[in-house]
Amino acid sequence: MPKFKKKTGGELPAISTASLPDIVFMLLFFFMVATVMRENTLKIENSLPSADQVEKLGKKDLIMYIYAGKPSRNYVQQYGKEARIQLNDKFAEVSDIAAFVAAERASKREELVPFLITALKVDKKAGMGIVGDIKQELRKVNALKINYTTRQGEVANNF
Amino acid sequence: MAKRSAPEVNAGSMADIAFLLLIFFLVTTTIETDSGISRKLPPIEDSPEDVKIKQKNIFTVLLNGRDQLLVEDELMELKDLRPAAVKFLDNGGDGTCDYCNGTKDPSSSDNPDKAIISLKNDRETTYGVYISVQNELVAAYNELRNRRALELGPAKGFGKMNFVEMESNYNNVNWGGNKTKLKEVIEQIKIEYPQKLSEVQ
Repeated sequence: MPKFKKKTGGELPAISTASLPDIVFMLLFFFMVATVMRENTLKIENSLPSADQVEKLGKKDLIMYIYAGKPSRNYVQQYGKEARIQLNDKFAEVSDIAAFVAAERASKREELVPFLITALKVDKKAGMGIVGDIKQELRKVNALKINYTTRQGEVANNF
Repeated sequence: MAKRSAPEVNAGSMADIAFLLLIFFLVTTTIETDSGISRKLPPIEDSPEDVKIKQKNIFTVLLNGRDQLLVEDELMELKDLRPAAVKFLDNGGDGTCDYCNGTKDPSSSDNPDKAIISLKNDRETTYGVYISVQNELVAAYNELRNRRALELGPAKGFGKMNFVEMESNYNNVNWGGNKTKLKEVIEQIKIEYPQKLSEVQ
């Protein structure tokens, strides 16, 4: 009895689609990773306070983010325990804010500049001193629209 | 003919499932917007004008370095702040405000247009507490505006819609109602109960 039969007829074999999921999964992973990578890597502790009277922020490209909070555990040795400001991926001083705002404005189209909003993402345990400094600095560069980014929730969680 | 080979599992739908996931992630990662309390900082003026404001029109809220809340120089719990602010804003002491429901106490604010809430904080105040206070003050304004919206709305065809819903509908692209009319109502309420919240530096 022959084990292997010779193929008969000239039928075309169906194209295997077995590798299609792999390709799609590859794309899926790419997007999953890429979207996370776009955000800033936080070097500070940043647990936002909660509030229930919140407004939604509109276009994401019209927002510049200023982070503030205690340096996270890996950086305590280097930067101490006092609350610090983070702009883009690095620690910054209060005096760097003016340059940061100017850079953000330069990167946007000119007609969009008046609509820029500064979102302050500040750790709820940080002091108001640093927030006051940031606000004063923003006033100096005339970036007056700000937004205290909060999570949706009860204010009782802030204590 | 004893052995039958196991049927091959059809992997054709695998791609569909993966596509579904892919689209899900694509959509959700961009949809997520940040939310928060929006504020406008006062511009720096070279020669600050001296505007005379009567003491009774100012509602002072002070947060000290130990996160204690002092309202009009008296200690207060956070939960009492909202009713106190509403009472102050809605007072209508000089009688020009015909939509106010306040007590018309002559020693409190004249009308919502003149009433100013002044918020002062220390450098040592915790940010979370400060946001809580901001939230309560915004809530006080929203409470009054919501009440006014429910009074004005039905006449303009926006029955049972409060101010917060009006604003969210106005910003919602998919909302089917009359936006020009809605804008008028929103503007009117904003003029009647203007948000005058000053922060002392």
